[in-house]
Amino acid sequence: MPLTDYEIVVGLEVHAELSTRTKMFCSCPNRFGAEPNTQVCPVCLGLPGALPVLNREAVVRAARAGLALHCPIAAFNKFDRKQYFYPDLDKAYQISQFDLPVCGKGHLEADVETSTGTVRRRFGITRIHMEEDAGKLLHSGAAQIGGSESSLVDYNRAGVPLIEIVSEPDLRGPEDAEAYLAALKEILRYLGVSDCNMEEGSLRCDANISVHRPGTPFGTRVEVKNMNSFKNVGKAIVSEAQRQVALIESGGVVTMETRAWDAERSETRAMRGKEEAHDYRYFPEPDLVPLELDEAWVEGVRRGLPELPEAKRRRLEAEHGLPAYDAQVLTESAELADYFEAVVRAGAQPKAASNWIMGELLAALKRLGLGVAEAPVAPGALAAMLKLLDSGVISGKIAKTVFEEMVSGGGDPAAIVERMGLTQVTDSGAIDGFARAAMEAHPAVVAEYRGGKTAGLGFLVGQVMKLSKGKANPALVNEALKRLL
Amino acid sequence: MGLSEKDVDHVARLARIEITPEERSLYLRQLNAVLEHAAGLARVDVSGTPPTAHILPLRNVWRADEPAQGLTREQALANAPDKSKGCFRVPRILE
Repeated sequence: MPLTDYEIVVGLEVHAELSTRTKMFCSCPNRFGAEPNTQVCPVCLGLPGALPVLNREAVVRAARAGLALHCPIAAFNKFDRKQYFYPDLDKAYQISQFDLPVCGKGHLEADVETSTGTVRRRFGITRIHMEEDAGKLLHSGAAQIGGSESSLVDYNRAGVPLIEIVSEPDLRGPEDAEAYLAALKEILRYLGVSDCNMEEGSLRCDANISVHRPGTPFGTRVEVKNMNSFKNVGKAIVSEAQRQVALIESGGVVTMETRAWDAERSETRAMRGKEEAHDYRYFPEPDLVPLELDEAWVEGVRRGLPELPEAKRRRLEAEHGLPAYDAQVLTESAELADYFEAVVRAGAQPKAASNWIMGELLAALKRLGLGVAEAPVAPGALAAMLKLLDSGVISGKIAKTVFEEMVSGGGDPAAIVERMGLTQVTDSGAIDGFARAAMEAHPAVVAEYRGGKTAGLGFLVGQVMKLSKGKANPALVNEALKRLL
Repeated sequence: MGLSEKDVDHVARLARIEITPEERSLYLRQLNAVLEHAAGLARVDVSGTPPTAHILPLRNVWRADEPAQGLTREQALANAPDKSKGCFRVPRILE
């Protein structure tokens, strides 16, 4: 099937649950995992006469996301009612934003892995709007009691604040989609806007997918729902594009419809026909007054923004001379970047600090199952150890021993070095002694070296290090051997 | 202008109500009368009136993000026609 003759065009709609303490329009807790229907009130149950009151923090978070994605924050925006019938929607309408959303057009940059290497691409954002989440239908076995087909409804999630981030149809395949989602997730988490946990449903993604031959107009798009991981979004895009191409190649026509991703069968399948489903009969929500967000308000939000990963990466590269790879790894979480900067502030050389954090520290944290915040080695202690290494008190090999000792609660690095007798040997008399001993033990290597096969030097250095129990200064050992040979 | 019988069927379907052919013609007549009455608004000169999204002169009515006690589960389910395992029980939705 000539999928390669076609170009895949994708736009993503991402729903992110905001990590506010309370729901969007009432003071019920916004918390995952509580017993069913224990975080509800007349407002989120849609009881007659109950009136919604907007959570200011939800607006702040939506605006934060908008600013980070280079979107203008609408000076005037409002809420609308979107009507449809489904048991998870108790009011039979969802409060959303239709024609005047909180954020306008912006963009997101992401590093896309392609067959020819990593490429930085910019994807357009169409808009961001605020809305409330619906409840949850539970279809477990209990729903079948007594042969009567029924569903159970838990409204704890009803009214949880969401933002929907709509992209332009700028993505060209699964790699773009996965890179876009990873970059978006990173930003939303850095900002504290959403915890973006796909398993708990706090980040959800629908994809609008079409195919066309390059140079011809875009094809008819199909909306695919129900993908619960970034990998599945990529797989669903490929599978749906293949379906559309096969359809077109066999003389068929792609129709606008909504399909569900079936992860087990790795294919999309048609959902119930929704010819009228788009007739949501939106109208302005009479129970909520409009929002006017003036420049001063927006500036206030902007001032509260933390440094974003992208800016942090650029700064780490410029300020500390780190390679792009190091900056990338260190900014994977705000905590790790903070840790690095604390080590540097405590006097460590930046590249050395980066090497040790990316290598030994991350390995130790992984082994112990700890987060950066619970690191058993404080930034100041790591910096102190790096100073011992830099000034030649200990060798690189010994430094690893000292670090392990610090990880297991050994305390101050200087004290560890003292206690374990690990100070590097820099005394030339002692080193010459080790060098002579090594040469005497391996006369053949010495003869070869003198005959011009200098490769044996490394071996002799290794022997000296062994004799000194790793404490001899390797540079001085090299010098001594060359001199004596 | 005016609605057609097809429009009435469409609205009935959106509202999930079943109507008989007699009801359809009755509602068609009634809905058209309502629309005709409301069409009077279209004759008002609004050229000097700015569009509005709300009749109240209020903006930015919002609250702090402070949790408060809602209903107990027993209260929440008190009026439910059917319930099970702490949940509302509804007819199964067929997709």
